Amino acid sequence: MYRYDAYDHRFLAERVAQFRDQTRRFLAGALSEDEFRPLRLQNGLYIQKYAPMLRVAIPYGLLSSTQLRKLAHIGRKYDRGYGHFSTRQNIQFNWPRLEDVPDILAELAAVEMHAIQTSGNCVRNITSDHFAGVAGDELVDPRPYCELLRQWSTFHPEFAYLPRKFKIAVCGSQTDRAATRVHDIGLHAVRDAAGEVGFRVLVGGGLGRTPMIGHVIREYLPRAEILNYLDAILRIYNRYGRRDNKYKARIKILVKEMTPAIFAQQVEAEWERSRGGPATVPDAEIERIAACFTPPPYADLPAHDGAFRAAVADNRAFGNWVKRNVFAHKVPGYAAVTLSLKKTGVPPGDATSDQMDALADLADAYSFGELRVSHEQNLVFADVPQSALPALWGELKALGFATPNIGLLTDIICCPGGDFCSLANAKSIPIAEAVQRRFDDLDYLHDIGALALNISGCMNACGHHHVGNIGVLGVDKNGEEWYQISIGGEQGEHATLGKVIGPSFAAAAVPDVVSGLVEVYIEQRHEDEAFSDTVRRLGIEPFKQRVYAAAH
Amino acid sequence: MPQLIKDGAIVEDRWTLWREAPAGALPPDQPAIVPLPWWSAQRSALSARGDVGVWLAPDADPQVLAADLGRLPLIAVDFPQFGDGRGYSIARLLRVQYRFAGELRAIGDVLRDQLFYLRQCGFNAFAVRADRNLDDALRGLGDFSDSYQATAATPLPLFRRRLATSPERA
Repeated sequence: MYRYDAYDHRFLAERVAQFRDQTRRFLAGALSEDEFRPLRLQNGLYIQKYAPMLRVAIPYGLLSSTQLRKLAHIGRKYDRGYGHFSTRQNIQFNWPRLEDVPDILAELAAVEMHAIQTSGNCVRNITSDHFAGVAGDELVDPRPYCELLRQWSTFHPEFAYLPRKFKIAVCGSQTDRAATRVHDIGLHAVRDAAGEVGFRVLVGGGLGRTPMIGHVIREYLPRAEILNYLDAILRIYNRYGRRDNKYKARIKILVKEMTPAIFAQQVEAEWERSRGGPATVPDAEIERIAACFTPPPYADLPAHDGAFRAAVADNRAFGNWVKRNVFAHKVPGYAAVTLSLKKTGVPPGDATSDQMDALADLADAYSFGELRVSHEQNLVFADVPQSALPALWGELKALGFATPNIGLLTDIICCPGGDFCSLANAKSIPIAEAVQRRFDDLDYLHDIGALALNISGCMNACGHHHVGNIGVLGVDKNGEEWYQISIGGEQGEHATLGKVIGPSFAAAAVPDVVSGLVEVYIEQRHEDEAFSDTVRRLGIEPFKQRVYAAAH
Repeated sequence: MPQLIKDGAIVEDRWTLWREAPAGALPPDQPAIVPLPWWSAQRSALSARGDVGVWLAPDADPQVLAADLGRLPLIAVDFPQFGDGRGYSIARLLRVQYRFAGELRAIGDVLRDQLFYLRQCGFNAFAVRADRNLDDALRGLGDFSDSYQATAATPLPLFRRRLATSPERA
């Protein structure tokens, strides 16, 4: 992974000193609440329902075991012994004290981590594919470009006070595992006829109050121009994005109001002025960064390990886990393993400090000391020898991370919701748990097959409910918590927004509603037909009839 | 006389900022910063004086000044609230695209914690909000020692300087 040089270390030290002084001045009354707010937000610090919440960046989802141990330590020393992995490859601590935050940031800096720009109206953490570097369908490893963008976006002086937050995702493979179509900017690696790497540029996607799928504004951007082009997009947005209404301030609204074609023209005109200029990225810089992402020292292994094969055949539980949680690796004899943070009864995405320490040890033992965080709120050991899978499975089972449900209904994406978040209209964690309990029969769960259930506690959509095959949105109805259901959403290269099926439901009814939707799917699906395809083919009517007939 | 931060030091401010257009003629021998619409209406008379600058609102297009930039001693950009970031792009355009070489001054809700970024975007003068201490604000310019990006103040991005020197590893 990328290692900081003297410059990176110095910037981070300067940032910690700056925020320490800002916090001191705020506590001394020299900075007002309004003046301090954007400063603390750009250091990841929210004031939440019960306490501050600190959001720490895990740039493009990559973590070393050393860094994970540090996160465990921070959870233990400054929080209540746990952390929450979010849908944007961050980790959130829900109970730190404001006065402690500068010390926490200093501790993070010691392991090349930070909370810079994890909130606020600025460019946020750059996110990417959690299988970067190991996926067989990869055109190019996205991580060097993510790191290039991390540096470009960090303390970008022109874009620290944008109209609203700004999220960028980069994908290097054919399958889009980074949700690039629902980001403010999505970059999708492509090669031109000569084989040169470039990017398809999408702008104006996003979820939240006004969900939209991004528009392609350029089919091929040479990689050397990536910073000039992003500067041009951000400059147009910074100058013309709406600032009068925070709900209309995201770039998607500007792109829609201008039309994607006119927006693209303006960006191209702005780009012409900087094209080939100082921020053009030389190959040598991309190579310098890429040298940090060289493959680990893989052993020369047979493509198929006999003992592993035998274990799959002999042990049904192990076989189920392999089927759902183990992902093919481009290097013979290796596999990528997803650790499910979706065990029933545990808030999705949560891990305790003790678990994090144990996982750090396992990463050292089984996966070259590195792991990844996925936007589905799971963890990944990307480089495990097939022969080690049975032993690793045993270890993960003992820790509670071997639930064989990746991609299944109980692998729920879920925001912290009303239990923690002051923005939420409704709780989301208890809904996730109730659905998980309803679908506790593993055979039935596997029969249903791939199905994404996403839950957000409010229309800010941190739980990505719009792109869930089944989406659950918490709404406030006269002070009571109700849940609106949508179906047919999809993430990935065919990203689709779900359709609301009708009036909302009380919390207690949600498991029945989900059961009803799943029954209709199972009865009506063609062989191997995905849930969204069934919805597309039949429309929402049969689903609607079933759940509302049952409810009345 | 009021003071401001200019080129990294606290200096006396001899310029009068006209937030509203003057009712009659400008007083002679008194450097003035006037609103853009008023400047545009009388630019030939005003630019002959050599001591009249212009201030831009955040929604102004700096392109309208493109022909005047060689004659303008000072351009100010207003920040109605410090969180309104449009002025950063205006400064960047004035310095990098239009190559404005005169004084570029931030006015309005100008505070210590934004000074470093403002300078990186091309401002060299900061009319810090009147209720704030200038010595304290001056420290804001030193928050960081360098930038990753190509900026008006550091035209070469860090990666070009990194590549020019031998690899420096911590």
